[in-house]
Amino acid sequence: MSTRSTATTVDEAPRQRRPAGKNIIRPYGDMTGDGMVQLSFTLPVPNDKRAEGAALQLAAKMGMDPAMVVHTRAMGDGYTFFVVYGTVNHLVDLSKVVVAERDFPILAAKEINNLVRQRMRRKLVVVGACIGTDAHTVGIDAILNVKGIAGEKGLEYYRELRVVNMGAQVGVPDLVETARVEKADAVLVSQVVTQRDAHLHNTREMSAAFREALPADKRPLLVVGGPRFDEMMTSELGVDRIFGRGTTPREVASYLVDALIVNKKKAA
Amino acid sequence: MKSRARAAKLNLDPALVRRARALARKAGKPVVDMARTHTTVSVERAVLRLAGVTGADTDGIPWVNRLVDSVRNDVGLGYGVAVPVFHAMAREGVDDLTMLAQKAAAGSVRFEIPTGAQASAARRAARRGVGAGIRRIDKRRAERERLVLRHGDPRQRPWIYLIVATGDIYEDIPQAQAAARAGADVIAVIRSTGQSLLDYVPEGATREGFAGTYATQENFRLMRAALDESSRELGRYVRLTNYASGLCMPEIATLAGLERLDMMLNDSMYGILFRDINPIRTFVDQRFSRQIHARAGIIINTGEDNYLTTADAVEAAHTVTVSQLLNEYFAHEAGLEDWQLGIGHAFEINPDLHESFRLELAHALLARELFPDAPLKWMPPTKHMTGDVFRGNLLDGFFNLVGTMTGQGILLVGMMTEAVVTPWLSDRDIALQNVRYVLNACGGLHEDFVPAPGGFIQHRAAHVLNEAIELLERIVDDKLLNAIADGTFGIMKRPADRGKGLDGVAEQDDGYYNPATEILEEASK
Repeated sequence: MSTRSTATTVDEAPRQRRPAGKNIIRPYGDMTGDGMVQLSFTLPVPNDKRAEGAALQLAAKMGMDPAMVVHTRAMGDGYTFFVVYGTVNHLVDLSKVVVAERDFPILAAKEINNLVRQRMRRKLVVVGACIGTDAHTVGIDAILNVKGIAGEKGLEYYRELRVVNMGAQVGVPDLVETARVEKADAVLVSQVVTQRDAHLHNTREMSAAFREALPADKRPLLVVGGPRFDEMMTSELGVDRIFGRGTTPREVASYLVDALIVNKKKAA
Repeated sequence: MKSRARAAKLNLDPALVRRARALARKAGKPVVDMARTHTTVSVERAVLRLAGVTGADTDGIPWVNRLVDSVRNDVGLGYGVAVPVFHAMAREGVDDLTMLAQKAAAGSVRFEIPTGAQASAARRAARRGVGAGIRRIDKRRAERERLVLRHGDPRQRPWIYLIVATGDIYEDIPQAQAAARAGADVIAVIRSTGQSLLDYVPEGATREGFAGTYATQENFRLMRAALDESSRELGRYVRLTNYASGLCMPEIATLAGLERLDMMLNDSMYGILFRDINPIRTFVDQRFSRQIHARAGIIINTGEDNYLTTADAVEAAHTVTVSQLLNEYFAHEAGLEDWQLGIGHAFEINPDLHESFRLELAHALLARELFPDAPLKWMPPTKHMTGDVFRGNLLDGFFNLVGTMTGQGILLVGMMTEAVVTPWLSDRDIALQNVRYVLNACGGLHEDFVPAPGGFIQHRAAHVLNEAIELLERIVDDKLLNAIADGTFGIMKRPADRGKGLDGVAEQDDGYYNPATEILEEASK
């Protein structure tokens, strides 16, 4: 779960059915090395002989040969759904599988709560806001609200996190003050508007204000997120972490417990 | 409806059921009293929309917002906006409200609270203006009744409810029409993420939304017109659903009434619990929006399914019952009739749990018997949909089976790709095949299915009802607002003095006048 994997393929594979070697494998139907896969898709054509031929052509181009169309079904007037079974001629070379490891593991809500309870022995405090003139709370709300995003509940849902969501158009001084009063362990800032690089200016202003107001050991973890950030710009912006498009609440929560509890690598 | 005939399979103690309802009334009453003595910016904007204010300024801020803000700056909200606005119209000699809003935004009109004869004249004018809007809603309702007579209702129960959500109204329309052709009886257009927290209703046809399409009056109109076309083509009236929730709930309810939407998601506590909207704001907005829905003949769908996505569906089963009873009380109080109560519940028990299907049956039957004349909105599994689409399709089949065995009225079609992608054309087709198979194979099974007397299902239902009564007793002692503050529902703690939209709430002064509420309450007496 904590990894994203990308596989490289080897083309022009030999077709004979022999037990796969240590590193070279192919899909398994009911016999080692048979290469069988099952595939379903829709083509924007009416269900007739030509549609079936089109499906077979697609399957062949995807490396399925021979392929069998085992099911077709018309959907409305101009679409057909197919289920295709067949042998793929691609091989997978396990020695060439590249797995990009995140530098923190993705944990389940329960594990996150347990870590906070057992290691911090108090609630982990998160203060969130949209700063500057940005009124788009979509991002911060997706991460913080119970409603969450993509089927994942927001940080409010975690029993051991205490979330203060300041909402939109929060001034930096207010944010710093709230973080201080609430004894925030982490500050989450969301920036959607990017006109004239507003998101970068606002973020720099925010991190500078925290550096000025609080000594390093009292400073909360500074996290920003938004669709247009470059995740590699942390030191330039003076923050601890940047999250881009598609980030889910569980990723953020996992990062927080990793940075604040497991590794305690704080401050930029 | 043959509802009475299908009741009494659970052998529930009628005295306990009466007690549960009485407790819900007792718990809800203080909240209603509070709603009657407060108003909100959104309620006042809805009043102005009924009086005919339309359009937005060049920044896209609706004129109703500009007008309410101007009135509020000058005289506050405590008297309502109707009287100061109609008084200003008479004084300035402006006969168009939108024009007045433009002048007010430019700073060339000042608002004041008239007295004596001027006040009575302003009240009369406001009532005339708002009354015209309510008559338009009445006309749309009559129009729906005519179209239902002409095209007919769906041939089967439950009605099949499908969701469309592309973000672009012009993409939504062909998708919705295709879904109707494929068998959907009800089309819901999901809103853009974050709309619930906007304190204004966007204007015009929209083509850009996040994971949904903005609810706007023009989008409502376009989609309703498209589905009218589909209704003619298919020979059954296809219903349209949207969401009366979030900070603009009263206005969206009003726009739904004006554009003949047929169902609206409208839960008494959803915004509080899941969107952190201030509880008082929510209850005030809620009451007004329900009064509009009652008048417009709109079926509401409540949101109890959401509790089960955060809390455990077995442990928290009784909180669903409690919320259903509260939603029923608030709905009746606002003038909604039983046929308009699409009371919500969901198939969310962990499928790995022993006897999970029997538990689902017990819960679904309990809702059916507690609300025998309500259509009930039955929601498919989401929490335990894992991306294993094959298992997901099986679970959805069991969900459909419970739906037909317990006579649910509105069935939201479960997608095997829940939690994977927004549904593809083929996902929808497979999901509808699943529904059709179950309805065709055993659509009348509820006639035969009677749980064994004293058996597992009867026992479980009685247990949940008892737990619900215990919880209601605690809520009555503690007051509902405190119970919400303490995290009783869906585990969220929401104190009454916190949350979004609180600054848009005002206490009514002695001279408060809201012609819409006045007209709507005359009707419900």
